[in-house]
Amino acid sequence: MISLDNVSKVYARGARPALDSVSLEIERGEFVFVVGASGSGKSTFLRLVLREERPTSGTVTVAGKDLSTLSSWKVPALRRQIGAVFQDFRLLPNKTVFENVAFALQVIGKPKHHIMTVVPDVLEMVGLEGKEKRRPHELSGGEQQRVAIARAFVNRPPILLCDEPTGNLDPTTSLGIMRLLDRINRTGTTVVMATHDDEIVDQMRKRVLELATGELVRDQRRGVYGSQR
Amino acid sequence: MRLQFILSEIGIGLRRNLSMTVAVILVTFISLTFVGAAGLLQIQVGKLKDDWYGKVEVSVFLCPAGSPNVQCADGEATPEQIDAIWALLDSPELAPEIQKPYFETKEEAFRSFQEYFEGQDWAQAITVDDMQASFRIKLKDPERYEIVADVLSGRPGVESVEDQRKIFDSLFLVLNRASVMTVGLAALMLVAATLLITVTIRLSALSRSRETGIMRLVGASNLFIQLPFMLEGAIAAGIGALLAGGGLWLGVKYLVTDWLAGQVDWVPLVGQSDVLLIAPLLLAIAVVLALVASVVTLRRYMKV
Repeated sequence: MISLDNVSKVYARGARPALDSVSLEIERGEFVFVVGASGSGKSTFLRLVLREERPTSGTVTVAGKDLSTLSSWKVPALRRQIGAVFQDFRLLPNKTVFENVAFALQVIGKPKHHIMTVVPDVLEMVGLEGKEKRRPHELSGGEQQRVAIARAFVNRPPILLCDEPTGNLDPTTSLGIMRLLDRINRTGTTVVMATHDDEIVDQMRKRVLELATGELVRDQRRGVYGSQR
Repeated sequence: MRLQFILSEIGIGLRRNLSMTVAVILVTFISLTFVGAAGLLQIQVGKLKDDWYGKVEVSVFLCPAGSPNVQCADGEATPEQIDAIWALLDSPELAPEIQKPYFETKEEAFRSFQEYFEGQDWAQAITVDDMQASFRIKLKDPERYEIVADVLSGRPGVESVEDQRKIFDSLFLVLNRASVMTVGLAALMLVAATLLITVTIRLSALSRSRETGIMRLVGASNLFIQLPFMLEGAIAAGIGALLAGGGLWLGVKYLVTDWLAGQVDWVPLVGQSDVLLIAPLLLAIAVVLALVASVVTLRRYMKV
């Protein structure tokens, strides 16, 4: 589903590469943690998959498309295949929960009747039924993240990228979010989650990719966060 | 759904940057008023030319007795020479250019001269022999004066060929310079308008970066993301153009049709119908300018 072949990314000429000759393969339906200290290249990896950045060398292939040859007008079609969730939720403060989720469908031109049926479904799935008319500031952090996940998943993308989705949440709430991501993964969605949260990684026992200063230092099935922290 | 969504986005954008929107509207309004005024001035010049050139004639003055001119060393033009000129005017070379030739004798010239300067003492001293006979030639196309002048000047018995159009040249020069100046001012103002549109769109894009960021993330097409911004600029500039059209219409109505036409009734003047001709052009200028400015701005400041 996602494959990197010898990918390097250098932001400024002469600087240390953010990613250094990374090769990896993520299969359809996998749940993968990407761990590593700040500055280890986790975010760069996610940005390359979203094609917010282009690699300095090497090839990134996502959902069967080689991103180095993908013309820029096809990028929106690629991004419709990828849901993205962030640490800071990125909700629109002046829109209600329902509108925030519907926004993702409106802007890709989905018809109203479609929106009216799928948005309540996905809100129920993430456990926000009855809160459709709330605004983000009236919700707890965990609920806000659920809205963000609903928005990322409402279009049923085959890939869900999560950049430290539990970074702003307390352990109990984080656990709830992880259960939700696990459920999404069980529908066949490939989930890639960058995280610092060792407890979660150790509990979930999923595949772990560890990056350190831009290099892939560990790729472990049913892995743990790791000793060096 | 899409259209409704884009329209609501535009509405939000215009209201959020109300002061900038108003600035864009005013600046395009003023600059396009200048452009329109220049256009109307040119239409006025065209109308005057059509009207006046239709009335003017080419005068071919024949040699009078005792002319100091070298052309007329042989004395007054003889009847044979006059017949030769008539023949020339009928020739296939000149006949198609000419609408109506008319021969004015010395006596006729003297009579109209006396009529014109009736009561003036010095006019009494002029005699018939001081006057000169002339051909008055009305041309089909007044612009083709040169052809007639070329054929007739230097013929025996012809003293000089004069084009009455020369009288208007200085007036038209002034009017043309005025339009050039107006266009210059308009161009400057249009530059200001374009820069303002650029800044407005940048501000608008900045204030909605959260929305556009999410739109990019969920895979909205570039056109869909950028269209509201482009239309915002175009709508503001378009309102400016409509105001300019309205301003010119009122200006022409009150200044020209209702007032000047009462004072100066011997020339054709621009009317409201001419404004209706120019207004769509102004609108097109405004919209094209805004679209170009926004496309350039968005390409530079909005990452895809």
